[in-house]
Amino acid sequence: MIVRTHELVKVYETGGETVHALDGVSIGVSQGQFVAIMGASGSGKSTFMNMIGCLDVPTSGSIEIAGRDVAGLSRDELAEVRNRQLGFVFQQFNLLKRTSATQNVALPLIYAGVSVSERRARAEAQLADVGLGDRLQNMPNQLSGGQQQRVAIARALVTRPSILLADEPTGALDSKTSVEVMKILQGLSEKGISIILVTHEDDIAAYAERRIDFRDGRVIADEPVRNRR
Amino acid sequence: MNTFDNIIIALTALRTNLMRSILTTLGIIIGVSAVILMVALGNGLQGLVINQVNSLGSNLIIVIPDSDGGRRSSQDGVLTERDADAIQREIPEVSAASPRLSKSVKVVAGNQNRSTQLAGADPDFVAVNNWDIVTGRNFTVAEARSGAKVALIGDTVREELFGDVDPVGLTFRANGTPLMVIGLLGAKGGGLGNDQDDLIVVPLTTARRRISGGLQTAGPPDAVQVIFVAFQEGSDMNRAKEDVENVLRSRYRIDEDELPSFSAFSMEEQLRSAESILGAFKIGLAGVAAISLVVGGIGIMNIMLVSVTERTREIGLRMAVGARTRDIRLQFLVEAIVLCVIGGLIGLAIGGGGALAMRNVLPDWPITIGAGTVALAIGVSAAVGLGFGLYPANRAAKLIPIDALRHE
Repeated sequence: MIVRTHELVKVYETGGETVHALDGVSIGVSQGQFVAIMGASGSGKSTFMNMIGCLDVPTSGSIEIAGRDVAGLSRDELAEVRNRQLGFVFQQFNLLKRTSATQNVALPLIYAGVSVSERRARAEAQLADVGLGDRLQNMPNQLSGGQQQRVAIARALVTRPSILLADEPTGALDSKTSVEVMKILQGLSEKGISIILVTHEDDIAAYAERRIDFRDGRVIADEPVRNRR
Repeated sequence: MNTFDNIIIALTALRTNLMRSILTTLGIIIGVSAVILMVALGNGLQGLVINQVNSLGSNLIIVIPDSDGGRRSSQDGVLTERDADAIQREIPEVSAASPRLSKSVKVVAGNQNRSTQLAGADPDFVAVNNWDIVTGRNFTVAEARSGAKVALIGDTVREELFGDVDPVGLTFRANGTPLMVIGLLGAKGGGLGNDQDDLIVVPLTTARRRISGGLQTAGPPDAVQVIFVAFQEGSDMNRAKEDVENVLRSRYRIDEDELPSFSAFSMEEQLRSAESILGAFKIGLAGVAAISLVVGGIGIMNIMLVSVTERTREIGLRMAVGARTRDIRLQFLVEAIVLCVIGGLIGLAIGGGGALAMRNVLPDWPITIGAGTVALAIGVSAAVGLGFGLYPANRAAKLIPIDALRHE
């Protein structure tokens, strides 16, 4: 199991009201698995994703990433786990403005302590892998939405993480481009990278091999995807 | 993550908001130029005063009569050649006591003429006042006694009367009396508003008997206006001053509790008081400069806080891809420091340029911009960046990753 959670609980206090965003979630994801997490808004799927992504800390329960319990780690230790083990793809791409595709992709390598020349070489190779070898010096505003998301995928992969976390990666894309992006993710999964995808679209979830449904902070269904695309 | 990466990131961020960056750093530019200008002028003034005092010699006591008469009788104070002799005779540490009589005279050579100061003195005058004789010689005791028509001339007089010709052996007239130049005094340069090289020196007897005009000195025939008393190296100048006062008090029968009819002051004392005034002056200037730097620093802090808020999502993203607390802190600290140092360099150029331009206005002030000044400008601006950048940088570094990432 590359990711394992046990009785994960996250409680928020908002306006004197206690919200159980996660209410005892225990899930295991094996190496190379492509998992889609479904659910309505407020179901807890994003909160779960943030916990796995080490961006937020649980109220109780444990999370293991690549065999390491991350629940009790310090801020900087969590930053290291994010840098080495995890790659993020967001709905809004989150590329740095006025920064070339190569430099955007190289960003995680800065924090990994990689030398300037190696950073550049690895970023360029990663961009070539996602089919953007001819767009290395383009700024984000010179790229289409699909191209920007591919830059973001290259950035997520450049530190060679074992897990890719994709939060509504096709939410800002048209259906044709969405297919392209999902095909890239499927390819990565075949290469052994575990992918956890958050979406509310059945069409998109159909690219995964396993589908987990959330409601009110609990898992209500966990089954293999039939009619996989 | 190294400093070089951070400087590149900082420069990119500052270029993105170029106009804002320039306006923000204006406070630092003004502050640093003020510091540089003030320090340069303060040091220049200090150098000027020290040069002036040193050109007279710090082992010197200057005695002048009080014209309003410190004594209760309305009679003016008077000093004479005999007083100078007495001081020399009675105080063993005195190396020379040189009386001086001053007159304003008109000097003429060929078709050149000029108003200048004439000093009637004895042969010790040259040594006591730290003059050098560049060419020619001093006058002798015999010449002094006989009232020979010979003169030493200052560099300004030489230039005005004789131009580039060697003046030794040439003659000129002072208030009509022909005098032969026997020596040229080395240039001392200007002082606070007066030109020390604008003078001629003749024997006291010559000044008194052969040259008409000038001061109507009341009192005895050997009255003088100043006595310069030089002490041996290493003498205690406070005691030296007391000794001189005591000799004169006993000669004029002035009691301890009476005000004397003369004033004696040491150059060392003058130097010290000038330095303490200058010290206060420099502290005042430094205070003004410090206030402008604080104002500039607050501007920096303000704009860095704005920048942190604007770039919250960027901070969230950097954290998501692995930036640690110290990476984010360093990024914003370096940005503040780079902003300030750029301002400091511009301020250095403006302040330094201004200070060097002041040389044209104040040619005698030794104004220089040294490595220390450059280091001061860069150091002070970096320190302001560090000091005022710390709070915004910490604020950025302490953001919760998920909150920062979701910030709208």
